[in-house]
Amino acid sequence: MVALPRAASSIPFYRRPYVGYASRRVLLFFVVMWVAASLNFFLPRLASGRDPIRSRLGMQAATGGSITGIDELVASYSAKFGLDEPLWKQYVRYLGDVATFDFGYSIANYPARVSDLIGNALPWTILLLVVSTLISFVLGTLAGALLGWERRPKWIDYFFMPLLTLSAVPYYVLGLILVYFLAFRTTPFPLNGGYDIGSQPEWSLSFALDAIHHSILPALSIILVQVGSWAIGMRGMMVMTEGEDFMTYAEARGVTPRNIFLRYGVRNAMLPQVTSLALSLGTIVSQAVLVEVVFGYPGIGTLLYRSILGVDYFLIYGIVLLVVFTIALMTLIVDLIYPLLDPRITYQR
Amino acid sequence: MQATPVTSTTISPVAGAYHRTRYRDFGSFLRRNPKLILGLLLFGSLLAIGFLGPYVIDTSEAAPMSVMPDQPPGGDILLGSDSQGRSLLALLVEGIPLTMEVGLLAGGIGLLIGTILGFISGYAGGVVDLIIRSAADIMLTVPGLLVLIVIASSIDGFVEIEVIALVVASLAWMWPTRTIRAQVLSLRSRPYVEMAKLNGMNTFQIIWRELVPNLLPFLAASFVGAVGSAVLATIGIEALGLGPQDEPTLGMTIYWSIYYSSLLRGLWWWWAVPVAAIVILFVSLFLITAALDEIANPRLRKGSS
Repeated sequence: MVALPRAASSIPFYRRPYVGYASRRVLLFFVVMWVAASLNFFLPRLASGRDPIRSRLGMQAATGGSITGIDELVASYSAKFGLDEPLWKQYVRYLGDVATFDFGYSIANYPARVSDLIGNALPWTILLLVVSTLISFVLGTLAGALLGWERRPKWIDYFFMPLLTLSAVPYYVLGLILVYFLAFRTTPFPLNGGYDIGSQPEWSLSFALDAIHHSILPALSIILVQVGSWAIGMRGMMVMTEGEDFMTYAEARGVTPRNIFLRYGVRNAMLPQVTSLALSLGTIVSQAVLVEVVFGYPGIGTLLYRSILGVDYFLIYGIVLLVVFTIALMTLIVDLIYPLLDPRITYQR
Repeated sequence: MQATPVTSTTISPVAGAYHRTRYRDFGSFLRRNPKLILGLLLFGSLLAIGFLGPYVIDTSEAAPMSVMPDQPPGGDILLGSDSQGRSLLALLVEGIPLTMEVGLLAGGIGLLIGTILGFISGYAGGVVDLIIRSAADIMLTVPGLLVLIVIASSIDGFVEIEVIALVVASLAWMWPTRTIRAQVLSLRSRPYVEMAKLNGMNTFQIIWRELVPNLLPFLAASFVGAVGSAVLATIGIEALGLGPQDEPTLGMTIYWSIYYSSLLRGLWWWWAVPVAAIVILFVSLFLITAALDEIANPRLRKGSS
């Protein structure tokens, strides 16, 4: 067990355990990005034995004389990833593009750049996901702590057990049910979209309220499912914490149940929840993609769905890479903060 | 993560007696555990629809243009029909076994790879352990569904169900690898493993006769969990339109119902029928996993009701 050194000044900076841990962790981040970019480059070429992008471009050029400039797109793609070039050269060039966030042009809506399309959609997704994940994390952790506490009131069980079962259901399935009952049969909420059809995205209070109104149902379908899974993890940790000696000792010392619960129990039991948060970001995003499709929410998920329907390879691959990048970055941040929260951690990677 | 209860009784001289009490324990556990019974019942009812259904109803109605389109349930067509003229009951009977097949195949392969890697990693240690562990960690960080989308969208033309299963399995091995490695690490230093070593058992015998039996409840829980995530991933890709276009799996039915905006057109049965099947499937897998977890990890029993 290596605790954070209190008198750190005596140890040279580069020898401190946290610095070593952090640099390994940052290295892992770059490795993840490199692996993701490589998968993105090689998988399409392996899966079909030939270049699907080339065939898609050919298809577009053959049928879509109406789309102006597609010939230039084909030409620029061929120049960049020409068959006359050896594969490793194409690969190096691709990695360079990725490093500068240059994902090329969208095939389906040609003059638009992939990075611009993603840039328009990303804030919607980030806002929806960050808010709903934070709400579910707090609610779920609290519910799980109560469920794992021996002295909980009985009604807690009956109240939360259905919620735990709900955690098994995919977000978007719950979304379908919610839309039907809360937007189609009765109409307190809009059916789909991120804002009213007549309005344009702008920085005004009325637009913000409209956007929030549209986000409630998508957020609700994420929250209702997530609360259960956070509660399950927390319940297990709480039960384990309760067996610890310091809990018995606190009780013997006459600490009030409220303090035992919050300061001794929850505070210790919730730390692994933070690790779970880092690990489950990928799953949350994957699931949220489909929620957006169900609600026609103008975020990354809907953009991805449209790009798949339009066989827009550049857009598909650009979205995948960017989302992987975002998740890797968020995981990195959580991992870097975690040892500062929990001094008991060991730095064995 | 605490391992299985210390069943060091494996070295008990009367192996038969040990097994008998173990089974009786399990029987009484089943009676005490309504979760497992409910889970198995729900899962069994889905199996019944899928495997007895073809003897009761006409599955040719799962093909397009075989019945009147857009019919509400309750009339001639029991669960209604979709806009392409397919009976939803027939779709259900055809789709449930297909979806389960993908789940079992992908979950099974993923768990198998994960178990092998986990054992190698936990037992070999050193560089091998480092490589396997890092690979699993890196792949865990990458969101599975998105990689699956890259693969599935790159496959040319017709996608078969087995291909989808393999694609899903290729990203289902990381959790098993990690958790089983942890279990192996904690089990291999137990006294009864030391004992077996002293008795001259070789590594393979120790793994097969000492470790695997003790990991069985854990492996069973992992298997159900793996099947659940595989089905989740499969339905996810299918709902995005990357599944087998002419197979009536549950995910493809959802995809078509979204594609033809059944919700806005008031054809609620079109999405409600596959959604009900999916919810029942996931809830049953969830209940079974939770119950098996409690067998594998008795500490959990205390806190839950």
